Amino acid sequence: MKVLVPVKRVIDYNVKVRVKADGSGVDLANVKMSMNPFDEIAVEEAIRLKEKGAAEEVVAVSIGVKQAQETLRTALAMGADRAILVVAADDVHQDIEPLAVAKILKAVIDEEQPGLVIAGKQAIDNDMNATGQMLSALLGWSQATFASELDIDGDHAKVTREVDGGLQTIKVKMPCVVTVDLRLNEPRYASLPNIMKAKKKPLDEKTAEDYGVDVSPRLEVVKTAEPAERAAGIKVADVDELIAKLKEAGAI
Amino acid sequence: MTAFSSFDNAGRSPLFFDDTLRMLRDQVRRFVETEIKPHADAWEEEGRTPRALLRKMGELGFFGIRYPEELGGAALDQRATVVWAEELGRSTYSGVAITALVHTDMASVHIFNAGNEAQKVEWIPRCISGEAISAVAVTEPGAGSDVKGISTRARREGGDWVLNGAKMFITNGVHADVYCVAAKTDPEARPSQSVTMFLVEKDTPGFTVSRALDKHGWRSSDTAELSFSDVRVPDANVLGSAGGGFYEIMKNFQNERLVIGAMAMGEAQAALDLTLDYLRERRAFGAPLWDKQAIRQRLAMLSARVEACRQMIYATAARAAAGEDVVREVSMIKALAGELVNEVMYDCVQFHGGMGFMRESTIERMSRDARVQSIGGGATEVMLEEVAKRM
Repeated sequence: MKVLVPVKRVIDYNVKVRVKADGSGVDLANVKMSMNPFDEIAVEEAIRLKEKGAAEEVVAVSIGVKQAQETLRTALAMGADRAILVVAADDVHQDIEPLAVAKILKAVIDEEQPGLVIAGKQAIDNDMNATGQMLSALLGWSQATFASELDIDGDHAKVTREVDGGLQTIKVKMPCVVTVDLRLNEPRYASLPNIMKAKKKPLDEKTAEDYGVDVSPRLEVVKTAEPAERAAGIKVADVDELIAKLKEAGAI
Repeated sequence: MTAFSSFDNAGRSPLFFDDTLRMLRDQVRRFVETEIKPHADAWEEEGRTPRALLRKMGELGFFGIRYPEELGGAALDQRATVVWAEELGRSTYSGVAITALVHTDMASVHIFNAGNEAQKVEWIPRCISGEAISAVAVTEPGAGSDVKGISTRARREGGDWVLNGAKMFITNGVHADVYCVAAKTDPEARPSQSVTMFLVEKDTPGFTVSRALDKHGWRSSDTAELSFSDVRVPDANVLGSAGGGFYEIMKNFQNERLVIGAMAMGEAQAALDLTLDYLRERRAFGAPLWDKQAIRQRLAMLSARVEACRQMIYATAARAAAGEDVVREVSMIKALAGELVNEVMYDCVQFHGGMGFMRESTIERMSRDARVQSIGGGATEVMLEEVAKRM
């Protein structure tokens, strides 16, 4: 079985983001970019399936600016076998919307015919949480989102999902799309010898036009603003004072 | 958590670093954040960096950056070394950093650069995996940068050599497995041809750790005074040619000094970053300290100087990798970075106010760790003479 893993290049989770002066988005110039952490977990899971003998090949795909090849190299250094870069934007500030990404992924999947897609549940830049679901709809495949455990059992996958009330375990028919949550695994380091080997692994470069997908935005960003700064707290002596203060603040 | 850390501007620029080196930087940084920073306070107390950590570094290939693939290395050049040293310096625990850096760039390099095939095959793969940790023993109670002035003697006896003397301030000295030891083999010869390097294994009879030294900083690094009393080593343990040790030591100083420069600038940048975070939070007289022009301008100028020094290090590493002679620049870097990191620490402690004087603050430890950077690996005064000679 072949496993396909989409990976997104996003602002590094350690970086404190700054809103651009004109409010049109987040400033990405000279900011450290990394693989979306949920996608790292997806790559790790795919590699583990390969190591367990449940998969033969792991293909990483990234859609975005040319610089995303660095993200793909990281996936290759972790252990993916090959990579496909679909260049769909020139400007690092242009975010490709989930539907366009899902359409391109569908076209890639039509060519590659993987038995399983493992994706991050969402990207930490805009938290859309939509691409995996849209992709499964476009493909007509089953989906299992927010996975915290994944077992492949013949033509089915058993997936434990993190839902609001606790854990839910479902069985889905393969091929399927699985989106992964934080607790599925802890991604490995890319060791230096594996970083060196990744240089020699194939990385194909395509464009959105190659797949005939229009990536122009359908959504308009009206305004981007910093979250309100947290005001300083106060200490209260007892419950009565707490209630009085809450009433004062109009909270109860 | 700073937005525009300068670490990620020139430090990621394709002008100096390709994808491979950026990935190396990412992996070392992640290692520092998860495997070092949450645990290293305990190591500061214990006075050593645990072997388990060094083994993990070895497993990830960090100890093989410069060594050839056939010995298990990655065959990268000085630029990769700069990334490794800078990110370790950025950890804020320079005792941990120096433990690893002495092993990779100051000690095991002697085996690789001067050793014969058999010595390399025996030791380099074990040094790369972290199974064997190395130390270099040149400095003595009476001779540091003045290598020709050492008084440890090695005399011929049958097919062996017999070493007598003492070594001082030896990093990894307490816990290393293999030591590259400088001794005078021919006191009659010209001073530059009188020194020979020997490989001495930990358990060799007559070789003892006299004492673990109690240091001002680098508390998580073990530093020792060593004693050699009729230590018998076979001829097969001579590193390079008999009498050729002085030139080997001088040659390795170039790499060592570049590494210290990169490490020091990693420290300086980390100190600026964490001080900036502090200044934005800490309020005085109704506003964050960052609103005070006197403070932020001083930090801005320091940040400009650190950036200049870092880019000089990047450029010099690239030139060294291309085979250019950069002895003058490397001497400048060692002098400049060693002094600059101390200026940065002084101001960063100052801007932390009373907290900067407290043992619980990161900047307090960093200021102690930084002090040695203008001393070890060639004191500023020695380095400036090297520069002056080339003016």
